[in-house]
Amino acid sequence: MDRLRIATAWFGGCAGCHMSFLDLDEFLIELAGKADLVFSPVIDVKEYPENVDVCLVEGAICNHDNLELLHRIRKRTKVLVSFGDCAVTGNVPAIRNQLGPRNVENVLQCAYIDNAQDNPRLPRSEGIVPELLERVRPVHEIVPVEVFLPGCPPSAGKIKELLERVLAGLPPRVDGDEPRFG
Amino acid sequence: MAAKTLKIDGRQVSAAEDTTVLDAAAEAGIRIPTLCHLEGVYDAGACRLCLVEVAGTAKLLPACTTLVAEGMEVVTQSDRLRRYRRMTLELLLAERNHVCAVCVANGHCELQSLASEHGIDHVRYDYRFPRWGVDATHPRFGLDHNRCILCTRCVRVCWHIEGAGTKNVAGRGAKSFIIDDLNQPWGDSESCTSCGKCVLACPTGALFDRGSTVGEMERDRTKLEFIVNAREKKQWIVSE
Repeated sequence: MDRLRIATAWFGGCAGCHMSFLDLDEFLIELAGKADLVFSPVIDVKEYPENVDVCLVEGAICNHDNLELLHRIRKRTKVLVSFGDCAVTGNVPAIRNQLGPRNVENVLQCAYIDNAQDNPRLPRSEGIVPELLERVRPVHEIVPVEVFLPGCPPSAGKIKELLERVLAGLPPRVDGDEPRFG
Repeated sequence: MAAKTLKIDGRQVSAAEDTTVLDAAAEAGIRIPTLCHLEGVYDAGACRLCLVEVAGTAKLLPACTTLVAEGMEVVTQSDRLRRYRRMTLELLLAERNHVCAVCVANGHCELQSLASEHGIDHVRYDYRFPRWGVDATHPRFGLDHNRCILCTRCVRVCWHIEGAGTKNVAGRGAKSFIIDDLNQPWGDSESCTSCGKCVLACPTGALFDRGSTVGEMERDRTKLEFIVNAREKKQWIVSE
């Protein structure tokens, strides 16, 4: 069998899910023996490649860059894993959705003008700073998802269980414990 | 009092005529999931989690407010019920802003643990993200409407156990919300005795002790049971 092609992506989230992934400790060595990490914030690859077997997607979808990359990931990935509470529920990044209609305007006003101590000013840099979406959304509201791994963050044990199943050619899912938000 | 004989999940059960299906099932060691039910206060049938199938009626009935009847046949576990319970929990999660990761009740929340128990790994409905406030005017307690599921446990303990009648429900449907007195800041309430029974009763992080941070809000329900037991068994009445 060919080596498994694994990827991870980081959208609107704190990177805690990636920390949990790194918490796999010596299993990472085993994983490196059987799989290639082809795209991830922890490696220096700019373009999401074709033919990815599994991608762990951390974070909620907050801006147009997130949206574009998520669609590309979906097209080029067999098993998409909604990885952690931000990806699964929107979680903390989605709290801004409560600011209602004209959300982008309101959230920028709230963060950069109303609560700014020095130099209140809206960040604007076209083509560099991506535009926010009107509403922060969980991954499965946008593209179909094969596996949900809730938790803030999901434990390394659950990530390991999932990856071990994938490595063994079994259907990707997590049995074991009951899923839990938070 | 007349006893009724009925079947719950195929088992013969006998119960006094004013017993609810929920209590009769519990007596027989059959657990039906609940959220709004609280031992010691009257039931409201608010959360619909304890819905059961009763032979002869197409409707699902809440076990907490349905009384036992002679010859009744009740089913508490079926694919259909599991589907509805899961749907109910998902709708509760989507209705307000339940952000478990930053909630005072994380790890001690009945909504969170029931979702887990029912295998909910994501919510199929779009989250509504309504805008609700937090009432932090009371010196000891806080009320975060974002985490409220409108189970009315707080209202019932306030009226039925404490007898203060501070808490109530205003509005209709999904826009209903918990109020104090005539919908005024909790801290301004003249009827609230600051007993904290509402905080002890809350199944989520909606009512909390001020100063608690993520995951710190553990509740000692035995305090409520203690009061209810004392009242029902007249333990505090000194006889001559």
